[in-house]
Amino acid sequence: MPTVNLTYREALRACIIEEMEADQNVFVMGEDIGRYQGTFRVTQGLFDKFGPKRIIDTPIVEPGFTGIAIGAAMTGLRPIVEMMTMSFSILALDQIINHAAKIHYMTGGQAKVPLVVRGPGGAANQLSAQHSHSMEGWYAHTPGLKVVAPATAEDAYGMLRTAIHDDNPVIFTENPGLYGVKGDIELNSGFSVPFGKARIARQGTDVSLIAYSRMVSVCEKAAEELEARGIHCEVIDVRSLLPLDTETIFASVAKTHRAVVVYEDWKSGSFGAEIAARIGEQCFDELDAPVARVGGLNVPMPYSRVLELECIPNEANVIEAVQRLN
Amino acid sequence: MKPNQESPADLELYYRQMVQIRAFENRCNAAYRAGKAGGYLHVYIGMEATAVGWINSLKIGWDYVITAYRDHAHPMLMGSDPVKLMAEIMGRKDGYSHGKGGSMHLYDIEKGFFGGWGIVGGHTPLGAGLAFGSKYKGEDRVTLNFLGDGAANAGVFFETLNMAALWDLPCIFIIENNEFAMGTRLEYHAADTELAKRGYPFGMKHERLDGMDVLQVRQDAKRIVDWVRKNQKPYLVEVMNYRFAGHGAADNDRQLYRTKEEEDKALHRDPIERLEHYLLKNNVMSEEKMEAIREEYETWADDVMEKADASPHPDPSEVYDHVYTDMEPEKGH
Ligand SMILES: Cc1ncc(C[n+]2csc(CCOP(=O)(O)OP(=O)(O)O)c2C)c(N)n1
Ligand SMILES: [Mg+2]
Repeated sequence: MPTVNLTYREALRACIIEEMEADQNVFVMGEDIGRYQGTFRVTQGLFDKFGPKRIIDTPIVEPGFTGIAIGAAMTGLRPIVEMMTMSFSILALDQIINHAAKIHYMTGGQAKVPLVVRGPGGAANQLSAQHSHSMEGWYAHTPGLKVVAPATAEDAYGMLRTAIHDDNPVIFTENPGLYGVKGDIELNSGFSVPFGKARIARQGTDVSLIAYSRMVSVCEKAAEELEARGIHCEVIDVRSLLPLDTETIFASVAKTHRAVVVYEDWKSGSFGAEIAARIGEQCFDELDAPVARVGGLNVPMPYSRVLELECIPNEANVIEAVQRLN
Repeated sequence: MKPNQESPADLELYYRQMVQIRAFENRCNAAYRAGKAGGYLHVYIGMEATAVGWINSLKIGWDYVITAYRDHAHPMLMGSDPVKLMAEIMGRKDGYSHGKGGSMHLYDIEKGFFGGWGIVGGHTPLGAGLAFGSKYKGEDRVTLNFLGDGAANAGVFFETLNMAALWDLPCIFIIENNEFAMGTRLEYHAADTELAKRGYPFGMKHERLDGMDVLQVRQDAKRIVDWVRKNQKPYLVEVMNYRFAGHGAADNDRQLYRTKEEEDKALHRDPIERLEHYLLKNNVMSEEKMEAIREEYETWADDVMEKADASPHPDPSEVYDHVYTDMEPEKGH
């Protein structure tokens, strides 16, 4: 099988193409994904390749088309819904949380919802308060959903396959800052990454930096700087929030005895807080310092670049948090 | 254009306003290209006659206006300070929201301009709520609730129309049909492309109107605003205009959704040129005078840019201001 160097965006596209070729029941719907080639160009070329029956341009009605996708999934189709940004999935929360997440349970196992809802989550560049949400915590709070947030092109490729094959509704959150990140992908290999398995992005002995999505690379950069100061960080890429691989996280903490959880979402009440709580509950005896968190500021995302940069966690914030532990 | 009763002074006013908006919008695009504005920025070029015709029919300082993210022209017409608008678009301290809002989120509440919203369709119930507020208090304000053809499909918009009709809210829903919702043509997003019919199921008065001939717009707007003020009931109009620019400053791919020929043909409907023909033909204004006005606003726009650019960036400590009226959020990372 040929290995190619693809961007995160291209890796997602390659996976969608392979899965659509393999299974007629897989289709994509969303705003401007077809003729306009997708706002972030993930679906570029797909309309020409598969036509309007399977690459469906929708009106700007997230609750409506998400609901239609859920209904279609109950009949055995495998829809991939693209949210132009995850902020717009807020409009579809009722369909996702009140409907999709409950269907298998409420029908006592009679109905399944093999649905993927994917799109960019988190801040980009000055998109302001209504377009910059990190939604994964809202979803990972909800039983019945699975939630993943890959940080690399390889994982984007392998986890999207798992998501499409999954018989449950899966929230697949990307990040606008990741679309250009490159990785080596073995095409047509059926490569997949299972859910519920964290990735050790960097080995270390002194402190565990635990993150997902774009914050993994922020942690990796912080780890490099800290290495120069003699602090060896382990970086755990959680990548699957629900199900969560606590085993890998706890094993890392048992090794380093210190943990910093890093996430872009608002600091309070986020999924990172859940990870920190689990470590506190389960690793109390292993810890040499309280579990630390680095999260986004608890404010709506401001437009000004100066203020926006203030809100989003960066390497310096992570380094500071690590240094506070000692 | 048909003959009308506008005075030469009014005709000059409309001309000036449209030229001013266009000069301002061209500076916004320039600021974006120069990296002085960021995020999503959407200009009103080609659509000027719509806001000019409608907003001139209001009692400024009394009536309310709300729109989506293509929101630079409306506050300018309501008397907002262009330097403060541009400063906001550049994310500066002296902007209306001190850099918190940006291009998509302009507000001048004192003047009755309520924004400035980024979620397609999301502001339409808010607009009806403004009308609810004024009616509740026994005031005779009128609310103009602008939205796009794409937004006219939103579920919340239909819910809003029902309640506005049920409760007789003095709100005018103005669907600006510029033929595109981002990269999606009208006929690919709406099952029935006659969007004025959206009013029909709710027994709401509704019309499809021109949006390129400012004198026609002005006549229609005056008639409807007066009717709504008098009758305190909602009204829905579909105004036919065209977006000359890309969807936003970041949209460089217009050929993906429309042809060059189509665009060129649409440019012939330019509301500014159209008024120029009228003014010339009817000896209201000479070509020289019009040129002087255009130049005047070019200089004016440069000046606005310069003044806005002189405003400092907000101080990082301001990030916590205005989350609440009476407390601060939990601080720190
Ligand atoms: C709920 C929601 N979904 C998607 C978007 C992205 N988006 C922004 S503008 C737009 C097109 C809207 O078109 P229209 O209502 O016709 O207004 P126009 O831009 O033509 O003025 C889209 C899809 C959004 N802002 N909000
Ligand atoms: Mg439109």
